[in-house]
Amino acid sequence: MSSFAKPLIRRKDAPTNDLGLIRADYDGAMSTLCAGCGHDSVTAGLTRAFFELSIAPHKAVKVSGIGCSSKTTAYFLGQSHGINTVHGRMPAVATGAVAANSALSYVGVSGDGDSLSIGLGQFVHAMRRNVNMLYMLENNGVYGLTKGQFSAAADFGASSKKGEINEQPPLDPVSLALSVGATFVARAFSGDKDQLVSLIKAGLKHKGFALIDVISPCVSFNDHKGSTKSYAHAYKYYHPAIHADYVPVGKEITAAYQAGELLPVEMHDGGTLQLRKLQNGYDPRDRARAMAKVFETKDSDETVTGLLYIDETQKDMHALNRMEARPLNEIPYAELNPGADKLEALQKKFR
Amino acid sequence: MSALQSRAALNDFTIKLANVNGTGSSSANGLLMKAIFRMGIPVVGKNIFPSNIQGLPTWYEIRVTEKGYHGRSGDVHLMVAMNAKTYTQDLAELSPGGVLLYDSTWPHPEFMNRSDITVIGVPFARMCNGAFKAARSRILMKNMAYIGSVVALLDLDMKVIHELVREMFAAKPKLIDLNLQALTLGFDHVKEHFDGTLDIKVEARDLTTGKIMIDGNEATALGCVFGGATFGAWYPITPSTSIMDGFTKYCRMFRVDPETQEHKYCIIQAEDELAAAGMVVGASWNGARAFTPTSGAGISLMSEFIGYAYYTEIPMVLFDVQRTGPSTGMPTRTQQCDMQICAYASHGDTCHILLFPSQPQECFEMAAQALDLAERFQTPVFVLSDLDIGMNDWMVDALSWDDSYQPDRGKVLSKTDLEKMDKFHRYLDVDGDYIPYRTLPGTDPKGAYFTRGSGHNKWGSYTEEGQEYKELVDRLRNKWASAADKVPAPVLKASKGSSNYAILSVGSCDGAVIEACDRLEAQGVHLDYMRVRGFPFCQQVEDFIDAHDTVFVIEQNRDAQLLNLLLVETNVAREKLVPILHYSGEPLDYRFVFQALHEALALRKTA
Repeated sequence: MSSFAKPLIRRKDAPTNDLGLIRADYDGAMSTLCAGCGHDSVTAGLTRAFFELSIAPHKAVKVSGIGCSSKTTAYFLGQSHGINTVHGRMPAVATGAVAANSALSYVGVSGDGDSLSIGLGQFVHAMRRNVNMLYMLENNGVYGLTKGQFSAAADFGASSKKGEINEQPPLDPVSLALSVGATFVARAFSGDKDQLVSLIKAGLKHKGFALIDVISPCVSFNDHKGSTKSYAHAYKYYHPAIHADYVPVGKEITAAYQAGELLPVEMHDGGTLQLRKLQNGYDPRDRARAMAKVFETKDSDETVTGLLYIDETQKDMHALNRMEARPLNEIPYAELNPGADKLEALQKKFR
Repeated sequence: MSALQSRAALNDFTIKLANVNGTGSSSANGLLMKAIFRMGIPVVGKNIFPSNIQGLPTWYEIRVTEKGYHGRSGDVHLMVAMNAKTYTQDLAELSPGGVLLYDSTWPHPEFMNRSDITVIGVPFARMCNGAFKAARSRILMKNMAYIGSVVALLDLDMKVIHELVREMFAAKPKLIDLNLQALTLGFDHVKEHFDGTLDIKVEARDLTTGKIMIDGNEATALGCVFGGATFGAWYPITPSTSIMDGFTKYCRMFRVDPETQEHKYCIIQAEDELAAAGMVVGASWNGARAFTPTSGAGISLMSEFIGYAYYTEIPMVLFDVQRTGPSTGMPTRTQQCDMQICAYASHGDTCHILLFPSQPQECFEMAAQALDLAERFQTPVFVLSDLDIGMNDWMVDALSWDDSYQPDRGKVLSKTDLEKMDKFHRYLDVDGDYIPYRTLPGTDPKGAYFTRGSGHNKWGSYTEEGQEYKELVDRLRNKWASAADKVPAPVLKASKGSSNYAILSVGSCDGAVIEACDRLEAQGVHLDYMRVRGFPFCQQVEDFIDAHDTVFVIEQNRDAQLLNLLLVETNVAREKLVPILHYSGEPLDYRFVFQALHEALALRKTA
């Protein structure tokens, strides 16, 4: 068995969200990943974000491909529909699902193998279409389920557990996303939960495709000396540039910041995204600057994290297709059938 | 002249027009066919075109058939040779007694070497160069000029032609006069220079009332609209592309809110067929009626998702407009070569539901049926048309729709259903009909389940237990088998006399097979004929084969795919089935079928 039911423990004093649900209501099955796996932290982050945003579990949809990361959709939101698709093809299934019903919250979970090798084409095209979904790319630079082959995200010069050196340049999801016009591009580290949760919340509220590339170390096959995706390496070079806090409609902004430090971005649901610069001169609404920053830090071994780019003004897939707000699956047939008279009339041109 | 070739007769002959593609000939040729149709005489149109945009040989064949047959004749009685590069081939193809019409701007006296034909030269290029200034017009107007000559030769009703020209250029009125002028050029030249009489003549009839001329892809698109499909994902591929063109056109016509301009549909041009299939899976899983049109090469790519949808029980409708394979094959030539791959597409034990339309009217009906069957059986359903059906204009009964139709959305639990339930299990066969219930995301927390392409048991949980796995895949097999009575039933055409011989065929072979049967019948040879329309095969198919000593299985592929499916999926005796195979890529003609049956029967009688 690859998953175990997790017992639901309700404590009397457990905090509830706006729906009266507790954190445990957002749990899924027990994880079967290795102890210490970065992915489990991401799972916990997702659980917390959905809970804190008070999204009803059955109004969320989980989509994934194949690989360790993709297994995790079973480990959170047990009361949501989940679909574990085929390798590298999650974006297509997500695209179809989102098209059929835009009224739900969609989270896709993938890995660097699933997204950057076998699924590179679909990953890129989902960003181009600006499908309204949160896309978690749990990036550990290695194929875990098949025991330690380099992935396309493995850094140049990184060594495998067996000592092999990677001599090919990596595919970087963040610069790739920026180059194809993604409208929400973030990088996070599974070891910084606060940053991760705030990015997940912002990504879920973003109208369009939200990519979070999460450095999520593989304890079994890529946590050794010489790896650039290990915990030690990530902690050493981890570098937050922008902090993003999602503030729902009607909630007050409590944290105090110095003037000029805050960049408020209005979200489609009426909430606000409070972006806090941790570095001078960085504006995540400037794509060229974001791209430059990613390249500069790459050269200096730094892993720049945070919400690196956001554009709330672009049309998402629904708007691009001029679809009505009502989900396709709720339009009654009476509205879809043009009627026998129309069929007869249109056939004049066939005579 | 071979015994099988027949001379042209009144309202019974074939015109073939040889052109260079990209010169505007196909609309002129279509107009000619439509004119004959409007004069009340049934026609068959076949476009034999290259996989190319401009400059290669292309042919258009118009069969005038008062008897209303759907297939090709195999004869050519009037060859309009407008492509110097194919003169030799075109001349050779002309049936004895036939007429060759060609552009005599550049004379070809050697055409006269064939004494059994009539050669008519009209200097189309010279006339058009004299009459029209623009270079493009000179090329385009040549088409209308040869139509004018054909009108004169066949004694067609010029009024009908003029009416069609006016309709065709309604949006560009300036072109009407140019085209009418070109028509007159060709018409007058023939009237002035040629005073013989020909076998080929058209006389108005009243045989096309209630009929339309439509191609299968357009009819499929209409079937998807009327069947209530709201989502289509696709990757462009000949010969299926015009399905999505049609769906887009009719959605714009009928599914856009007049006030808000908002769409009640979504069409996505995917990055490849893998993605197109995945999008259909995602949309269907989430409760939208979804489909994808493709051809064989696309099926190869989609196979991964087809197996996924089969195992996870997600509805999916695929229109495979078959073209010749393998690999890229001949993309603009027709075949029935995907029956086997579609029947079992994807790795592992898989079997699928297939529907086989034989002409556009059935494409229309089967599109809606496929959408129903996919949701009823929660599985991929294929509609296997082909290039001949999909891209050629067919004369069929006008399409009709019953407004009392309600889509069969299958076993989907509502919120109320779920509230009444103790616990929902996705893959439990509650009703004993092998079909479990499904739920849509967002309905109710109780309906949540996890869809996975990995091993799962009837409770919907992951499993690696052999017994649990077997129980589930056995149910899938039973579910598939139970569709045999739900797919469209076979069509039987019994011979007038009793016969130990029979024909079993499929799809676009129909027209040629019926005509061959009629002609054999006229010679006292009786053959019962069954056309299968669905897979899995129903009991009738097996009974039909059992009731005859020999069954000729006529199909358009090299490997006898239908015959093989019969051997695998029924208990019929192998020695009863005799393959008759046509796989040149051109639409089947009755002469081929007649000859093959004739020879096979003669052999059997002498043996």
